[in-house]
Formats: sequence, C-alpha cells, structure tokens
Amino acid sequence: MTRVLELREITKRFGATLANDAVSLHLDRGEIVALLGENGAGKTTLMSILFGHYTADAGSVRVEGEALPPGQPRAAIRAGVGMVHQHFALAANLTVLDNVMTGTEPLWRLRSDRSGARARLAALAERFGLKVDPDARVADLSVGERQRVEILKALYNDARILILDEPTAVLTTQEAERLFATLRDMAAKGLSLIFISHKLHEVMSASDRVVVLRGGRVVAERATRDTSREELAELMVGRAVDRPVRPPATPGPVLLEARDVAVAGKGGASLKGIGFALRAGETLGIIGVSGNGQTTLAEVVSGVLAPASGTLTVRGAPLAPGVRQAISAGIGRIPEDRHAEGVLGDMTTWENAVLERIWSPDFSRRGIVRRGAARAAAARILRDYDVRGARVDGRVRLLSGGNMQKLILGRVLEAAPDILVAAQPSRGLDEGAIAGVHRRLIEACARGAGVLLISEDLDEVIALADRIRAIVGGRLSPAIPAERADAGLLGLMMAGDWRAAEGIEAEERGAAHAL
Amino acid sequence: MSVIVDILASVGMWEAVLRIATPLILGTLGVLLCERVGVLNLGIEGIMAFGAMIGWLTVYSGGDLWAGIAAAAACGAAFGFLHALMTVPLGLSQHVTGLGITLFASSVAYYVFRLAVPTATSPPTIEPFRPLPVPLLADIPFLGPVLFTQTAPTYLALVAVAVLAVVLYRTPLGLAIRMTGENPHAVEAQGIDPILVRIGTIMAGSALMGVAGAFLSLAAFNSFFPTMVQGRGWICIALVVFALWRPGRALLGAVLFAFFDAFQLRLQTAVDGVPYQLFLMLPYLLSILALVVMAQRARVPQALMQPYRRGER
Repeated sequence: MTRVLELREITKRFGATLANDAVSLHLDRGEIVALLGENGAGKTTLMSILFGHYTADAGSVRVEGEALPPGQPRAAIRAGVGMVHQHFALAANLTVLDNVMTGTEPLWRLRSDRSGARARLAALAERFGLKVDPDARVADLSVGERQRVEILKALYNDARILILDEPTAVLTTQEAERLFATLRDMAAKGLSLIFISHKLHEVMSASDRVVVLRGGRVVAERATRDTSREELAELMVGRAVDRPVRPPATPGPVLLEARDVAVAGKGGASLKGIGFALRAGETLGIIGVSGNGQTTLAEVVSGVLAPASGTLTVRGAPLAPGVRQAISAGIGRIPEDRHAEGVLGDMTTWENAVLERIWSPDFSRRGIVRRGAARAAAARILRDYDVRGARVDGRVRLLSGGNMQKLILGRVLEAAPDILVAAQPSRGLDEGAIAGVHRRLIEACARGAGVLLISEDLDEVIALADRIRAIVGGRLSPAIPAERADAGLLGLMMAGDWRAAEGIEAEERGAAHAL
Repeated sequence: MSVIVDILASVGMWEAVLRIATPLILGTLGVLLCERVGVLNLGIEGIMAFGAMIGWLTVYSGGDLWAGIAAAAACGAAFGFLHALMTVPLGLSQHVTGLGITLFASSVAYYVFRLAVPTATSPPTIEPFRPLPVPLLADIPFLGPVLFTQTAPTYLALVAVAVLAVVLYRTPLGLAIRMTGENPHAVEAQGIDPILVRIGTIMAGSALMGVAGAFLSLAAFNSFFPTMVQGRGWICIALVVFALWRPGRALLGAVLFAFFDAFQLRLQTAVDGVPYQLFLMLPYLLSILALVVMAQRARVPQALMQPYRRGER
C-alpha cells in the first residue's frame, strides 16, 4: 500500500469556533475513505484546507510524500488533488468543454487547443464511464450529469486523489447508486478517493474505511467491514440516536380536502385531478420520485399556486387562492427549498422569524413593525427549538441547513397551524437534526394538527405517516395505512402500479364499514 | 419619399456612419469586457470625457496623435483600476462606484482642461487624424469612400472587434474571463485567481473607453469641450445588452445606432416643418425598440454585479 495523502494535526479556528482540532487523516492508493460526520463536524473545512481554499492555523498536508503549500488551489491541482464541490463549481451558460478546460492551459497562450481537449475529454469519459456531451450547455444538463462534469474536470486535471463533498446530497437514489459504481471503478483503476457524507447507508456500502469526525476531532476510524451502521451512528452523534416513533393516531374531522384539483404545468409540474382528505391528528404521507408533481402539490396547498380547476376546502369552506389566505386559514408550510423559499438569507433571524406573520397585530401596529415583540418572538424560537449558532440580529445565511430548518419549524409551529404542509422536511439534514424535525412533526400531530408530509425518504414516511399515497405523473394513488407499507409495495406504487394499493384501500374501507 | 432615397444613396451619409460608430464600437467593447468578467462599469461616461480631454491635451501640448490615444488608454486603465479596486476586492456597489467614477472623471477632466487653457472662450483646436485611404480598396466606387477612407482609429476599432472576439472565444485567457463572469467560484476551483482576472479585465475595458473618448477630440472633432461625450457612454451600456455580450454584435449595434444618427442629421436639414428635436430622438427611440426585442434573448453573465468573496457562497 502506498500512502498518497497524509494530513497531520490540522487545526483551524473561525473566530471562537474550533472547526478542526488536530485532525490527522491518511489515504492509500486505490482506497475509498468515507469522512463521516454530522453537519458542522468540520468535514468540509478539512477538505477545503486540503484543497487550498482555506489556510490551516497549524498542521501539514503531504501529497505523495511532498508537502503541499497552504492556501493555493493551484498547487493542490498540480499535485494531483481534485475536488468535487457539493455546490458545483460550474458556469451554467458555458459548455461542458469550456467548463472542463478553464485554467488547464497557460493563460497567455494565443490559441486554445480545443480539438485536443475534446479528444482528451472523450477518452476520459470513455475510460471511466462518465458520458456527457462536450458541447452541451451546463444549464441544460441534469444534476447527475453536472456532477459527472465536475468529476471529469478533476480527472482532466490529472487528479489521482479525488475528494467528493457530499456527492449524493442532490442526487436521486438511482443516480447515487450509479455514482458509487463509478467511484469503485475509479478506485480499481488506481485512483484514491475520499467522500464526505453523513448518510450511514452509503458509507457502509461504498467505502473501504471510515473516519468519523465529531466537533472538529477525529473520534474514530474503522475498516468498513468491521463496523456497523449502529456503531457509526453512535460514533457520529456521540450518543445513541433513535428516531422518534409515532404513537397510534385517532383521526378527527376532515380539515383539508382536495377534489379534482388540476394545475397545468411543464413536465413534472402538473397535477391532473387529484383528490385527498386530511384529518385532524393524522399525517398523510405523499411519496414519489421527484418531478412527479409533489412541488406543485405543496405550492397549491400553501396558496402559492391557484388550481386551474377543482376545489380545495378547509373545514368545508373553500380556500381562496393566495399565500396570506392560506396562512389565515391555518395552513403552515415548511417549503421544499429552504434557501430559496424558506428564508431570506441576507435578512436577520428575527425578520425571517416573523415575516410570515408580520401583519398580525402581534408584530405590527398601524403599519409599524413592533421590533421588540418580533425580536422577543425570534429569541423564543431560537431557545425553544434549539437553533444553534444563530443570533437574533445575525444573518440567516450563516446558519447550517439543520439550524435553518429548526428556525423554519419554530416559525411555523409557533403560529400553531391546523394544517401543516411539510415538503421534504429533512432533506440534507444529519441524523440528529432529522430526529429533531420528526419529533416536532409528531408533536404537531398529537396537538391535533393535520400534517401533509411530502417526502422522497421512504423510511421517513413509513415512520411518520398514518396513511401513504404515491404521486405519479401528477396523479395520486390510493391511500394505504402505514402499517401495511413495505418497500416493495411502495416501490410498486411509485412506479404507477396501483392494483395492490387499490385492494388494500378497498379492504380498509370494508373493515371500517364492518366496525 | 425621394428625400429619404436621396439621403440613403449619398456617399457622405454612409461615410459618416462608420465615423459616428467608432467611439460607440470602442466604448461598447470596453463595457462588454467589464461585464463579461462580471462587473458593471457605469464609469464609462466620465472615462470617455477624461480620455477626450487627455488625448486632446497631449496633442495640444506638442505630443503625437498616437501619443494622445496612448495617454487616453492609460488614463482609462487608471480609472478602471480605481473602479476595480472598489468593486472587486472591496465588493462595493457597482452602480454607485460607477456613477461616482463618472462624476469624478468628468469633473477632473474639466478642471484639468481649465488649468491648461484658463482664458480661451472658444476651445483651442489641434490638427486631428486625417482620413487614411487604404491603397486600391479606396478606389472601389461607393464602398471605397464609405469603408476604406476612414481615419486610423476607425480601422483600429474594427480590428479591436476581431481581436476581442478571438481573445474571448479562442484563447485560454478569454475562457477564464468568460468563466469569471459566469461563476468566479468555478475559476477559483480551477486554480485561477478571479480577483486578478477581474481587475485586469476591467482595466483593459476601461482603457478602450478612454480611447473611445479620445476619438471624439482627435478624429471626430479637433478640440475638446466638456459636454462632448453627450451620453454616448450610456448608449454603449445599452448596446452591450443589444449585442448579447458578443463583440460581433456590438459592432452591428454600434453601426446601427450610428446609421440612425447620421440619417436623422440629414433628415433635419432635408425635411421642413418638423421640429428637429423629433429627429434627434429617433436613434434613441429606435435603440430602445431594438433593445426590447433583443433583450428577450439575452443571456446575461450569471455573476454580473455579484461581488466575489473567497470562501463565501
């Protein structure tokens, strides 16, 4: 085994926080190492130091025995280190070839060798099975294809060590599986890889060795075959984590009802006559592969989009279109994309905490904002919902995803909505944060709210929902009780095969009649 | 009707088009460069005024005409550096900084001019660039006088279009420039410092703006007066959008605008009974129309007006 990378005693401080505390890590040729840790454990900071985006306060990086000068991405690239960023570093308006070529030739050369580059890119794509059209504009590519471009960029720079920062965060399950197959193939061809993750199943299935980071320190290192999911979870969080379990529900009256709701939209954005009822005290789970109308469904229910036809009623009264109408009808929402729709990143925590209800007499009087009350409400949310790293007057952008989500949860639940629309509420969060979100959703349900849970995470839906429907091509499947759900049945439902589900729904209805 | 045909058939009209277009071509290329790298440069109006002044002053105090052009380019680059310092490493508002540069540069231009010629009531003249007929080509009927009997800076502007197109689309430097305007983080990730790319490119673009101004005082006219830029800089800002940020289209846009301008000048004298102000409006009106049509297809550089801060998204 040849040692290709060695990080020794890396320490990095940001103000008062110690992001990395004497972290040591090594990588051998042909090995896949998973860097496991919760959000904020210091994984990305460590890799940014390795790649020269940050300069470490102490410690050294050696690549193939040579010391790497700190703070120079160029030096890292030259030494054969490639980085695939979590937020892709691509220019959407330029072509794949442009993106790959940038910075690979001396800047003052009079002519770019585009045909040579094209041939080289094609050869790399062929060798590693990363097919993309070199002349396609990056904006026209799918997320999975963009990631391939990121990987190709690194390979084009002759990377022998590849670092992937949460590579599956934005991928569908199928894309993620394909990615890991590619990574294993690359390792077999002599590349060495580190991938950052907080997802236990992918760490278990794709890595040779796991390094667990917690609070900026390496807390454990395990050969993957000698460890288990449970052990890693405990190491990562520092205590045993149990996702909360839903108590049996006793559904009350119908709160929200949709009948034949249709919305015309491009591709996966349309709804084609859906109907469902949501009762007080129950959670209705909507599963489905992304792009089948779930975003539109959430937008319709929360008043962002008006249905083209069909009716939505809340407690029997028709719901007027409009977000403010929806909020005053008692509908709270956790939007799917928290950065784009959930918060205004450059505004302060307190502004974000009350913006949805700024017109209520609690927070404004005669058009003047009651700052004191608003700030007090924000402070309360920060405390009660354990939002870490936030100040009432600080910018929300600086929060981690999990803490941002806690703030949104707090904001929504403080208003005590009767109906809660939760779209992908735990996407991108780590185990600890997910458990927290689930606990809050269960509490809301126990209080008597109806929760419409839209999620791609089947484990989450099975754990939280009372009834489950699948959304396929803008239509809703029959509902099945969560007790009778298993991966096979849900898979069929998501694929649009609803025969079994219909049977179960009829049976349940029959059983209800018999009672 | 015959009036219009007469105007369109006259060599003088078409000859004027390229002359009027030259400062617009240079200025538009300058703005285009800055915006391609992600920075709006509203300093153009002032930088052109200063370029016109310093070009004229250089020649008036005994310098060569080309020395005047060079001085204008150098001063343009210096103002560009100032703009770049404030907008790139400091990340200040590009609008405010640009307008500040325009006010500052125009005022300083007038101030220096008044220091140089404290008393004169009519601005002193210099010997400007003369038309330079291209051998053989200038003898082609109609096309000869229109295209090949222009002043040297006009030829320079046309060459600049070609050079810029090649640099932007065919060289590694051009790719780095375009990439910086689209996503500076991506440039950083490939080991190039986007801040340096931005500063350098803004300086180059501003140098072109300076030369655009110098053309006015050294070729279009033969003296300097403080109001001579007359909003041409703002037209260039609009032309860049019209051009969809491409050099070839920038040439097209500048020529189109110049055509309307030359046309309305001649209409003013040929048509009676219509207030001349209406004709003056014509080129601006038509550019707004053209802009509305073209802007539908515009693919704006994604990082335009977004300051780049290392390690922050």
